[in-house]
Amino acid sequence: MLAAILVMSGIALVLGGILGWAAIRFRVEEDPLVEKIDAILPQTQCGQCGYPGCKPYAEAIAKGEADINRCPPGGEDGVKRLAELLGVEPKPLDEGLTHKPKSVAVIDENLCIGCTLCIQACPVDAIVGAAKQMHTVIPELCTGCELCVAPCPVDCIHMEVIKEDVSSWKWRYPIISLKRAA
Amino acid sequence: MSAARGRKLYTFPGGVHPEEHKAESAGRPIAAMPLLPLYVVPLRQHIGEPARPVVQVGQQVLRGQMIGAPQGYVSVGVHAPTSGRVVAVEPRPVPHPSGLKDLCVVIEADGEDRAIDMTPLDWHRMDPSALRNRLREMGLAGLGGAVFPSFIKLNPGARRQIPILILNGAECEPWITCDDRLMRERASEILIGAAIMRHMLGAEQVLVGIEDNKPEAIACMTAAAVGSDVEVVPVPTVYPAGGGKQLTYTLTGRVTPSRGLSTDVGVQMFNVGTAYSLYRAVTFGEPLLSRIVTVTGHVASPGNFEVRLGTPVADLLAAAGGERPQATGRVVGGPMMGFELHDTAAPVTKAVNCILVKNAQLFPEPPPPMPCIRCGECARACPVELQPFELYWYAHHRDFGKTQAYHLFDCIECGCCSYVCPSHIPLVDFYRFAKSEIWAREREKQAADQARARHEFRTFRLEREKQEKAEKLAKKAAERLESGAVAAEDPEAARKKAILAAAIEKAKKAKEAVQPKNVDNLPAEVQREIAAIEARRRGGADEPEAAATARTTPNP
Repeated sequence: MLAAILVMSGIALVLGGILGWAAIRFRVEEDPLVEKIDAILPQTQCGQCGYPGCKPYAEAIAKGEADINRCPPGGEDGVKRLAELLGVEPKPLDEGLTHKPKSVAVIDENLCIGCTLCIQACPVDAIVGAAKQMHTVIPELCTGCELCVAPCPVDCIHMEVIKEDVSSWKWRYPIISLKRAA
Repeated sequence: MSAARGRKLYTFPGGVHPEEHKAESAGRPIAAMPLLPLYVVPLRQHIGEPARPVVQVGQQVLRGQMIGAPQGYVSVGVHAPTSGRVVAVEPRPVPHPSGLKDLCVVIEADGEDRAIDMTPLDWHRMDPSALRNRLREMGLAGLGGAVFPSFIKLNPGARRQIPILILNGAECEPWITCDDRLMRERASEILIGAAIMRHMLGAEQVLVGIEDNKPEAIACMTAAAVGSDVEVVPVPTVYPAGGGKQLTYTLTGRVTPSRGLSTDVGVQMFNVGTAYSLYRAVTFGEPLLSRIVTVTGHVASPGNFEVRLGTPVADLLAAAGGERPQATGRVVGGPMMGFELHDTAAPVTKAVNCILVKNAQLFPEPPPPMPCIRCGECARACPVELQPFELYWYAHHRDFGKTQAYHLFDCIECGCCSYVCPSHIPLVDFYRFAKSEIWAREREKQAADQARARHEFRTFRLEREKQEKAEKLAKKAAERLESGAVAAEDPEAARKKAILAAAIEKAKKAKEAVQPKNVDNLPAEVQREIAAIEARRRGGADEPEAAATARTTPNP
């Protein structure tokens, strides 16, 4: 009887020891929540959510300070994916925020006076130029955040909706018309 | 032929037997097209990056002159189909399922059809890489439908050699007969093209796979292959026997891995039309300027035509006697995999192998789709052994992760599942939708990753600049302190004062440096007036200066 108890507890100790060691040795570094949220956010860096960029908004969501429906560029789809990740109910975008089609900033190069204010405003360094030199937007890098539009003293920046072309065209969701079978 | 009889053929799973409708267009020899007054040549005719226009409006061009240069690796050149004048470089309708416009070079023919100097390529002795480069410039791309740049496929790469070369003459899609006619009429030219391919790939074996519903083509190719070790193999007629992976399996028994290429199992495949255009490119130095196109269906006289790339479809239809009354639409490609043509002003491109005119009898409106009953017919028909009903289920619910788990990207969009579906569900449309949605998300994700990296670097840079500035000012202040310019009782206040003084001085200097340049060439009295105003201004000098300081300080 005593031998059996000793053997059993001996085995338990050894196995427990192995498990404990394995838990430390093979610990899986899990993606922190902030990173996962940040990966869903569109990285427009527009600040419409009220935070100075996507990362701070992700941090606020992770802390529970901000709601998930404050990102207009992400749109409903983004809210849905955040809801899925966080295990909450999706909801429509917060009041006053609307999802707009993706666009890029365009500088009217005839009007630009080279003040560099838009360059300072651009969160992703997508505007090239120098003081008293014409500026221009690199369209491939522009996230369409509109942060450069307001600072321009001569209103030479406008947003242009990206038009669909042959290379960016997507097959539509097949719409099956409901007709009465003849 | 004896070797062909001995070859063991493998049967791929699934497949269907749609009505062939080949007889309508296969009977007549390939007809030439008259020279047209206007050609519209799209710059995106191949998979990959579109060509970059290298001609200007008003420029004279010759037949065979490059009008679009390849840009990026997966890209080939585009050439003028005849001599004439470039009248526009602008978006025009193109044969694309979207119906959108794309950049085209529009050439007004001068009727002379003068060509550039074309020099044949010495393919035996040429450096393989130089030869491939020439083929890239000459615009060679696969004419079977995928229009993948041929020079890339002709590079054996790190493998050094690809043992088996297959010429694809199966032409399994109903209605289409352009490869059939080409094999009947130009068999020996195709085989010369094949010999060049074989040389470039280092292939030991050349097989030509032709569906057994084309006995004339098989006979012609076999006759042309006499005396060589090229093996012409008739394969059973079952759609999609001409699919790359399907034909590879039928002829060799080798299975192309999921999401892999046939080269992974030592096989490279080209369409017979591509072999013919390679023959022309090498033997005559002629870039890819034309292709064979089947015009069939509800037209007055169906047949095959040798069409210059850039020929508007409307002119091609006219050459086939025009559409008969009550046509209900046109399809580019065949009925299984083709797409609707929105505008007959769109031109023939390298990818267009057939224009099929529909009418209500041949192509009745499909009955309304009904719910999926999970009967499994689609899975039995699928030549890639997928489960189309599951794919449909998840694509329908936009669960794209699951569609990928069910190997959506192994789908070749052959349309067998839609063909057999008793509920008439347009299954392939759902798969195309899911695929393009996944690609779009991938593009968006890449753009977001780039934006994140750039934003993070910018934040880091601003922080660094701020720190550097503070350090510089602190150093300056310390210097002043040492020189005894400021009383040393309160070092913190002194430092602040020094910073302030330095900033004011810097602003002053900046202001002095900026001199208005628009007053140089003014008459003397205006200059005097300006001087007077400036003097008056300097009377209350301090205030505007402070304002200037505030303005030049950047907002962090």
